[in-house]
Amino acid sequence: MRVCFFVTCLADQFFAEAAADAVRLLRALGVEVSFPRAQTCCGQPAFNAGHWDEARRMAAHTQDVFAGCEYVVLPSGSCTTMLRAYTPRLFEGDRHRYDAALDLAGRSYELVEFLVRVLNTESVGRGLTGRRLAYHHGCHVSRELGIKEEPVRLLEAAGAKVVPWEADQECCGFGGVFSVKNAPVSLAMADRKLDTLPEVDALTSADGACLLHLAGRAKKRGLAVPVRHVASLLWEAHRGG
Amino acid sequence: MAAKGYKAAARRTLEHAPEVREAVTRATLHFDRNRERAYGEVEAEAWRDWAAATKRHTLSRLDRYLLEAERNLTAPGTEVHWAEDAKDAQRILQELVERYGVRRVVKGKSMLSEELGVNEHLERLGVEVFETDLGEYIIQLAGEPPSHIVGPAIHKGLEEIRALFHERLGTPPDASPETLAAVARRVLREAFLTADMGISGANFVVAETGTVVLVENEGNIRLTTSTPRVHVVFVGIEKLLPRARDLEVFLQLLARAATGQKIGTFVSLINGPRREGEPDGPEHLHVIFVDNGRTSVLADREMHEALSCIRCGACLNACPVYRQTGGHAYGQVYSGPIGIVLTPGLKDPRLAEDLGYACSLCTACADVCPVRIPLPKQILTWRVRSTKHAPATERLAFEGYAEVMTRPRFYRLSSKLLRLTAPLTGAPWLPVLGAWAAGHGALEPSPKSFREIWEEELDGA
Ligand code: SF4
Repeated sequence: MRVCFFVTCLADQFFAEAAADAVRLLRALGVEVSFPRAQTCCGQPAFNAGHWDEARRMAAHTQDVFAGCEYVVLPSGSCTTMLRAYTPRLFEGDRHRYDAALDLAGRSYELVEFLVRVLNTESVGRGLTGRRLAYHHGCHVSRELGIKEEPVRLLEAAGAKVVPWEADQECCGFGGVFSVKNAPVSLAMADRKLDTLPEVDALTSADGACLLHLAGRAKKRGLAVPVRHVASLLWEAHRGG
Repeated sequence: MAAKGYKAAARRTLEHAPEVREAVTRATLHFDRNRERAYGEVEAEAWRDWAAATKRHTLSRLDRYLLEAERNLTAPGTEVHWAEDAKDAQRILQELVERYGVRRVVKGKSMLSEELGVNEHLERLGVEVFETDLGEYIIQLAGEPPSHIVGPAIHKGLEEIRALFHERLGTPPDASPETLAAVARRVLREAFLTADMGISGANFVVAETGTVVLVENEGNIRLTTSTPRVHVVFVGIEKLLPRARDLEVFLQLLARAATGQKIGTFVSLINGPRREGEPDGPEHLHVIFVDNGRTSVLADREMHEALSCIRCGACLNACPVYRQTGGHAYGQVYSGPIGIVLTPGLKDPRLAEDLGYACSLCTACADVCPVRIPLPKQILTWRVRSTKHAPATERLAFEGYAEVMTRPRFYRLSSKLLRLTAPLTGAPWLPVLGAWAAGHGALEPSPKSFREIWEEELDGA
C-alpha cells in the first residue's frame, strides 16, 4: 500500500520527531511512504480565522501537491478535518476545485484512523504495558469525523491504561486565532483541562496544536505534565513488543 | 476593538470575578450532563431531525402561518398586535397600560422582553414590575440582566444570593436556600394578587389552533398568565408551530435539551381570554408579535436557520467558552453560541467583529442543538464577513502567511530561520502561533524539522 505523508506545518516544526515516528510506524507495518516535498500548510489557520481568500490559496496548493496520491495520511486530527470536512466549503463557487476538494477528502486519513479503518490494525505491539495515559480528544477529529474509540483502542491494545478523564472531550482552548484574540478565556479553558487531569505518565492526543497549548500552559503554571504525540507512543508500542 | 465588547469584559470577569467561572461551569456541566442522559433515553437523533425540518418548513412559509395564527388567536377574543421593533412594542405596551390603568405588573421570564427593554419602559411609565421567576427575581434585585437563556442567575453562587437577600429583603445572613425561596415566594404572592397585568413570553404559538404555549418549572408563569385581569404575550414571529400535534415532540425535546427533564413541570396551553363561566384567566389577552430584526435574519441565506432556535440553552451549556465567563461578558441579551449568531443579525453586523471570536470553533454546540442549527458554521461565516474590517496587521499577517505557504522554497527557508530565531521572536510567519506564544512563553520548535529528518534519515530508507 502506498501513502503520501502530509506532515502538516505545525508538526513539521514542533512535532518533528513524532511525525518521523509516524513514518517509521507506517513503514514497519508494511506501508510504502513518500513525502511530497512541495507540501506546506492545509490552510486551516486562515480558514478558521475567516481569511478565506488566503485559505483558498493554501488549500489549492495542497490539492495540487497531493493530486496523484492514493492515500494521504496526516499526524493531525484537525488538519485531516480541514481536508475532509472544511475545504470543500471554500470552493463552493468553483466546480473544478470543489470536485478536487471532495476527491482529496475521500483519500485523506488521520494516522490512527488510517491504522484502524484502512489497515484494520488491532494492535501495533505491546510496548506500552503498565503505562497510564490521558487521551485528549481533539474537537474536530472527534466531533466532525467521529474518531473517538480508535486511538483509545490502539493504546489499550498496547498495554496502556487510558485513564478516565472527565474533561477528555472538552476543547483545550487553543482554537487558533481564538487563543490570540481572547487569550484569557483560552487559558482558562486550558486550566479546566489541566485541573481535572488525572495522575498519568503522559498526556497524549492526535492533535499537536492542542498538546502545545496545554503543555505551554502547564509549564507557565509550573505543572509537570509530560506530553507525547500519539504517533510517538504508538511507535514506542511497536518497538517495545 | 479596544477595551470594549466581549474581549475586555471576558478578561475582566476572569480577573476580578473568578467565582463567576466557578458557578457557571458547575451549573452548565450539570445541565449538560442531564441533557446528555435525557437525549440518550429517546431516539434523540430522529427527533432532532424531525424538529429541525418542521422548524425550517415553518420558517419557509412564515407569512402564511402568521396569518393563520392571527385568525385563530382572534377568534376566541384575543387581540393581536404587530411590532416592527422595540419602539413599536413599547408603544403598544404603553397603550395597553393606559387603556387598563395598570400600576403593577408581574412578569414571567421572557428573553424577548429583555430585547425590547420592557422593564425599563414600564418603570419610566411609573409602573411597578415584578419578575416572578426565582432566578429572574434574583437578578432584578441585583439590577442585572440575565446571564443565561434558561437560568438567568446561574452566575450567582449561594453566598452572593444570601448577601443580596440580606441587604434587600432583610433575611438572616446565613439563611438556607429554602428560607430564601420562601421569602421570595411571599413577596411574589403579594405581587400576583395585586397586579393588574401579567406579561409573559411564549415558547410556541400554534398556528392551527391559535394556542399560546408556555413551559416552566416554578408555576409562576401560570399565575402570571391567569391571575391579573390583563395578560400580554410578547412573542417573536419565529416562534410558530404549524399544528397542535407538533407539540408532542417539541415539548419533550425542549425540556430534554434544556434541563434533561422529560417535560416541563408546568405546561400552559392558552386559548383566548377567560370565557363566560370559567373560574380564572385574564379578562383581556393580547399577543404582540415582534419582528425586531428577525425578518432580516430570515432574509440572510447563511443565517436564517438560527430562527429555528427554541431557546433551550443547550448550546450555552455545552460551550466551553461560555462556561468561563457566563453570559454577561457578551454584553448582549443573547449569549453563548446562539447569541454570537443571532445578535449581529438582529442588531448590527459589525458586532460580529468582536463576538465572532468568542468561540474556539470546537463544535460542541452543534452536537447538542435540538433543532440542528449549524452554529459553528454560522459563527465562521460571521468571521469571514468581518475580515474586511480586520486590523491591517492581521490582514497582512494572513496574506504573508499564505505567501509563505504557497511557495515551498520560501517555506523551507522560513523553517530554517525559525530554528535560528525562534527563541527570540517566536514564529512570526505563523501568525496565529507567533502571537499565541506570548501567552505561553517562547515556543520551542523541534531541534530539527521533520523535513530535515526526512532528508537525513528517512528518505530512501
Ligand atoms: S441554538 Fe439550539 S441549542 Fe442553542 S438555545 Fe437555540 S435551540 Fe437551544
